[in-house]
Amino acid sequence: MTNLTDLGIAAIRDGFQAGDFTARDVASAFNDAVAGAKALNAFIAETPEIALAAADQADKDRAAGSLKPLSGVPIGMKDLFATKDVQTTAASHILEGFVPQYESTVSGKLWNAGAGMLGKLNLDQFAMGSSNETSFFGNVISPWRRNNGDTAALAPGGSSGGTSSAIAARLVPGATGTDTGGSIRQPAAFTGISGIKPTYGRCSRWGIVAFASSLDQAGPMARDVRDCAILLENMAGFDPKDSTSLDLPVPNWEAALSTDLKGKRVGIPKEYRVDGMPAEIDALWEQGIAWLKDAGAEIVNVSLPHTQYALPAYYIIAPAEASSNLARYDGVRYGLRDLPDGANLQDMYAATRAAGFGDEVKRRILIGTYVLSAGFYDAYYTQAQKVRTLIARDFDQAWEKCDLLLTPTAPSAAFGLGEKSDDPLAMYLNDVFTVPTSLAGLPAMSVPGGLDALGLPLGLQIIGKALDEQTVLNASLAIEERAGFTARADKWW
Amino acid sequence: MSVDHATVRKIASLARIAVTDDQVEAMVPELNNILGWIEQLGEVDTSAVQPMTAVIPNALRLRDDVVTDGDVRDAVLKNAPQAEQGFFTVPKVIE
Repeated sequence: MTNLTDLGIAAIRDGFQAGDFTARDVASAFNDAVAGAKALNAFIAETPEIALAAADQADKDRAAGSLKPLSGVPIGMKDLFATKDVQTTAASHILEGFVPQYESTVSGKLWNAGAGMLGKLNLDQFAMGSSNETSFFGNVISPWRRNNGDTAALAPGGSSGGTSSAIAARLVPGATGTDTGGSIRQPAAFTGISGIKPTYGRCSRWGIVAFASSLDQAGPMARDVRDCAILLENMAGFDPKDSTSLDLPVPNWEAALSTDLKGKRVGIPKEYRVDGMPAEIDALWEQGIAWLKDAGAEIVNVSLPHTQYALPAYYIIAPAEASSNLARYDGVRYGLRDLPDGANLQDMYAATRAAGFGDEVKRRILIGTYVLSAGFYDAYYTQAQKVRTLIARDFDQAWEKCDLLLTPTAPSAAFGLGEKSDDPLAMYLNDVFTVPTSLAGLPAMSVPGGLDALGLPLGLQIIGKALDEQTVLNASLAIEERAGFTARADKWW
Repeated sequence: MSVDHATVRKIASLARIAVTDDQVEAMVPELNNILGWIEQLGEVDTSAVQPMTAVIPNALRLRDDVVTDGDVRDAVLKNAPQAEQGFFTVPKVIE
């Protein structure tokens, strides 16, 4: 019998529906994999009993002939989604022990579709980070190691680092991520898996711990493009509880998958050829161009002239929104309370927030508070929002010449834990290729393209027009078929 | 623009985050490094540009003015660090 944990979402769904195995067998196999991978620290909470209960329900539903789209499929849930009666922490101390009395819209949709929950996945604290080194619950370790005998622990990317590590290590067949400036795509690239950030507004933000509300967007991560399409169909959809939710039908992305790109024009933005980018990434980009040509696409050169201003604009807008969103953690209504002897209410707020937030979260709250403060608002925040308009306009102008953009996902392969954590700016620069898309709200996907000389995965990013996830998925699938990426991390954990 | 020790204390106070002298000492160069980098936005000519208000065009909806929620007091209080008699409790604020 095949090892059930080697199966992806589609294979589990189809095999279960065909009667090849029971849902309980699948859930048990993944539960065992999760329990045996503590060294990766991918989970903040494991929920094997919830996975088994969903599996038993799926087995009953199959017997009764009432299968749901994800019956029999267990998944992981990033610990940024509120899950009823299951601790939800955003990887922070301030929310440690917080047990939501409600379910986020996206997770609720997945459970209603028949999926089961294997556990809550670790992440950078409040999704702020690119290496999963800011979690209060410890670093997540990538299952990947360099092939030169170096056993240094590598970053799984961030912020969805528990998600990427767990999928790459075959602890879950797929899981949710969220992406504010690249938090789905960069970890996917670092770990040799796929992940898509849909158009802003496709997935409800209701019940997701807020970081930067004008940027936050949920999306799926999985081993391949088809699995991402399946999960996204079951995550997206209009939600009256989110004022920025798009009131549009959810397309049947999986059914419409096609790798025929005839008539599609793929733009190559010249500004993404940044100084100091490793030659291997440049070579992979060229290879990606050849693959898309082979799939029938026409390649055109385009310019996105304001690209270099995307990161500084992002590091005004995102901290500004974060400083506002995180004001809710006051030690009164939920989460941690630190009440020093004789403290008044103001002292309690300050002590609680000092004790409950990690260094990176504090840094961003302080930056955000500063750029929004009287006298600086226009120079920083308003200027950043104007630059954001220009960045979105760059994309609009590119769409006059092309239907898609192809870029590398990240400027490097996975780096070692600790290599960048002392320098916030160096860490921020890792999101240079993913942030512009986030600022413009566009759909974008990372797919593995190959390995670097040290045997580490490298990702390619496909960016599409607003609401055109289908073309993004199709081009990604065309790359996936041609890349034939089958490498996986050797088990050491 | 750069921040000094007094400004960092002021921001931390506005953000309701208690900071020690050592933390302020460490934060001043760190924040200045980041702020120095984002200064480059000043070189972009935005005189004829409107600030972005929505990434994807989307009209704000109105719903019927009816109660859609409520009667969940115990659930609301469930995660409170301290709740008494159906209320959140805080240190005394009025003498």
